[in-house]
Amino acid sequence: MSDKVKVTIDGITVEVEPGTRILNAARQIGGDIVPPAMCYYSKLEGSGGKCRTCLVKVSKGSEKDPRPMPKLVASCRTGVMDGMEVQNITSPEVIEARKGVVEILLINHPLDCPICDQAGECHLQDLSFEHGVGNSRYEFVRRTFEKIDLGDKIQLHMTRCILCYRCVYVANQITDNRLHGILGRGDASEISTYIEKAIDNDFSGNVIDVCPVGALTDKTFRFKNRVWFTKPVDAHRDCPSCKGKVTLWYKGDEVLRVTGRKDQFGEVEDFICNTCRFETKNTSSWVIEGPRQISKTSVISANHYEYTPLPVIKENKKLIDANKVEFERASKI
Amino acid sequence: MARKLLLENINVPGIHSFDVYRQNGGYRSVEKALKTMTPEAVVEEVKTSGLRGRGGAGFPTGMKWSFLAKPEGRERYLVCNADESEPGTFKDRYLMTHIPHLLIEGMIVASFALGAKTSYIYVRGEMMPQIRILERAIAEAKNAGFLGKNILGSGYDLELYVHPGGGAYICGEETALIESLEGKRGNPRIKPPFPAISGVWACPTVVNNVETIAAVVPIINDGGEGYAQVGIGRSTGTKLISASGNLNKPGVYEIELGLPVEEFIYSDEYCGGIANGKKLKAVVAGGSSVPILPANLILNTINGQPRLMSYESLADGGFQTGSMLGSGGFIAFDEDQCIVRNTWNFSRFYHHESCGQCSPCREGTGWMEKVLHRLEYGHGKMSDIDLLVDVSKKIEGNTICPLGDAAAWPVASAIRHFRDEFEWHVTHPKEALERNYGIANYANPLPKFEEVVGQN
Ligand SMILES: Cc1cc2nc3c(=O)[nH]c(=O)nc-3n(C[C@H](O)[C@H](O)[C@H](O)COP(=O)(O)O)c2cc1C
Ligand code: SF4
Ligand code: SF4
Ligand code: FES
Repeated sequence: MSDKVKVTIDGITVEVEPGTRILNAARQIGGDIVPPAMCYYSKLEGSGGKCRTCLVKVSKGSEKDPRPMPKLVASCRTGVMDGMEVQNITSPEVIEARKGVVEILLINHPLDCPICDQAGECHLQDLSFEHGVGNSRYEFVRRTFEKIDLGDKIQLHMTRCILCYRCVYVANQITDNRLHGILGRGDASEISTYIEKAIDNDFSGNVIDVCPVGALTDKTFRFKNRVWFTKPVDAHRDCPSCKGKVTLWYKGDEVLRVTGRKDQFGEVEDFICNTCRFETKNTSSWVIEGPRQISKTSVISANHYEYTPLPVIKENKKLIDANKVEFERASKI
Repeated sequence: MARKLLLENINVPGIHSFDVYRQNGGYRSVEKALKTMTPEAVVEEVKTSGLRGRGGAGFPTGMKWSFLAKPEGRERYLVCNADESEPGTFKDRYLMTHIPHLLIEGMIVASFALGAKTSYIYVRGEMMPQIRILERAIAEAKNAGFLGKNILGSGYDLELYVHPGGGAYICGEETALIESLEGKRGNPRIKPPFPAISGVWACPTVVNNVETIAAVVPIINDGGEGYAQVGIGRSTGTKLISASGNLNKPGVYEIELGLPVEEFIYSDEYCGGIANGKKLKAVVAGGSSVPILPANLILNTINGQPRLMSYESLADGGFQTGSMLGSGGFIAFDEDQCIVRNTWNFSRFYHHESCGQCSPCREGTGWMEKVLHRLEYGHGKMSDIDLLVDVSKKIEGNTICPLGDAAAWPVASAIRHFRDEFEWHVTHPKEALERNYGIANYANPLPKFEEVVGQN
């Protein structure tokens, strides 16, 4: 097709629709070259641009204007141009900046993974494992907040929040146009507790799924189990308010938790309603489809029988050579 | 006496009132523009004048105006940025307090040039008196037929509103200002799209500083060519400088761009030298965001040329040995001032004012502040100095809006030029609490300084 534009990311060329964001173009290629995204959520309009983990270097602007962009750009908010060349993991500058962002995201994070329900499916854990350094240079008291119950089903633990704004967009866009947001500014900002009111809405539970960290958790699942001891199973049911396509998380015969179906980038396929999520926890209400495919590299697969081949790029010799270390590490697991 | 284009009549009694302002030649530019010129001709005139934005970035105003998208059937807006909150800058407030009609006159001409039928003056919330002064001036101008429907019979309509902000530094950033004007939380938008394409209520918008808009008045009165003859090179016209710190005569001065810095500090026409007979140690030349320079580098460039008050000369030497004109907030420090303390203070400001949207600025500003606090209060470590430089690098350039850079530059530049003083705070923590480091070699003639740079 002629109206598609060509963009090259870390030496791999892909044709995408005009107006596609660099991040999404990279996702079409897949594998190691996809920049990590902590705040962008393709299903939430206006999201992205905030966490800065997806920074990439545009080494060639476009065919028409080949000048490189002067600064690193947020790939989730930058559209591709025809002939654009982007460097992600092949640019030391990007790696360095990303390391900085990871360190900075962690300086005020409590690192209470051992008691956090999100552990095992936390994007911040993945991010720091893949891109961070072992220790922190931060030697001051970390910011803390009181836990807040947003209704009887959702708990907000602001201390863990990375202020990605995703839950704000959910409340604005998925629930009935409620305006809620962030209170305070700078590192004193916090998710507005007015969100407590959004609990009336049938879709408010989705804030749990979009939250990349353990700041918003499901109280009906709280401390019940570690996610890697539970087995995910895709299921559906006839639901009057949502599509009813979910993942059930089993321990033995018991459904401990219901979530949306998350893809390899951690985004749900469809937002689900609170009835499905919180109220429908018996197998008889669901039509079981089969085990949920979970990436082999995820800790959730540790206890799991599914096998999904590693998402590696076999075609690009140059890239493989350039990223030997990561590549070997990834294939060893 | 140097030429004054903006503040010529500032001392005329009653100049804040419409009648006196009008008797002194006020609103001539509105008559000239609306009766004898097309909007395009006004834009052309501003282009010819070489006027550059006075809000900090120094972007050519005429060019900015010609970028404004003009889709059929869409409103366009002009917004005046009167959120002035950069530490060390207080020129806009001075202008609005004493000669408010100059701003209103400029707003009318600029709105006409851009085809805006509604324009806003976004004033920082703390400036209550100025808000009242402006509203009164608008009412006077409206009474006299310079605002409202069919101005001076030209068929051009304009409504002008004053919008008080909540009082946040970040709302001076143009896209945060637009968000705030729309009634939302003042978070900067992610660009593109730029305001010229999609600004207030997704309509094409121009945001200009108070002084930029006021400068349109002399440009139309005397012609763009006339304005371009004042100043030096690409820094045309005059600039309001807010002088503060240890000066004999701090205050707001209108200077011709190109005035030597030395003359500005020491001549009796301007600041009259350093107060109490002390010596100059350092200068922040353009508001707290720009790199700080030691005395020897502010008076002369690294090549030994006298440094001038102009966009180019102040930036001479780049980040290594130069600074920026910024918004013209000129802060002088004498030998008794502590650079570490001052850097901490600036960084405290940026920490407090960060909007918290993007991680590097939200977390990094707080981190830098804490480390600087520790250094200032005698608990610092040698490694803290490099840590600060590293954190500032992690912020710089990686954020949504330039506040991140503005927070990083003062820290990076203070360490670049005053590293000995930071180290002294670590090696002599007790002494550092009792006395100041003093002037050291910061005012020595330059060749010596080059050696110091070499050693680091
Ligand atoms: C953090 C931040 C604060 C700013 N504050 C102001 C301000 O108080 N007043 C102002 O005129 N411009 C301010 N600016 C610059 C504006 O974004 C914008 O560049 C300016 O209003 C454009 O006007 P000009 O072209 O007339 O200079 C600020 C920019 C940043 C990044
Ligand atoms: S609570 Fe979660 S989703 Fe909401 S801003 Fe914080 S990290 Fe993001
Ligand atoms: S750089 Fe700072 S002030 Fe600007 S958008 Fe990011 S957090 Fe907000
Ligand atoms: S995902 Fe792009 S900035 Fe967060």
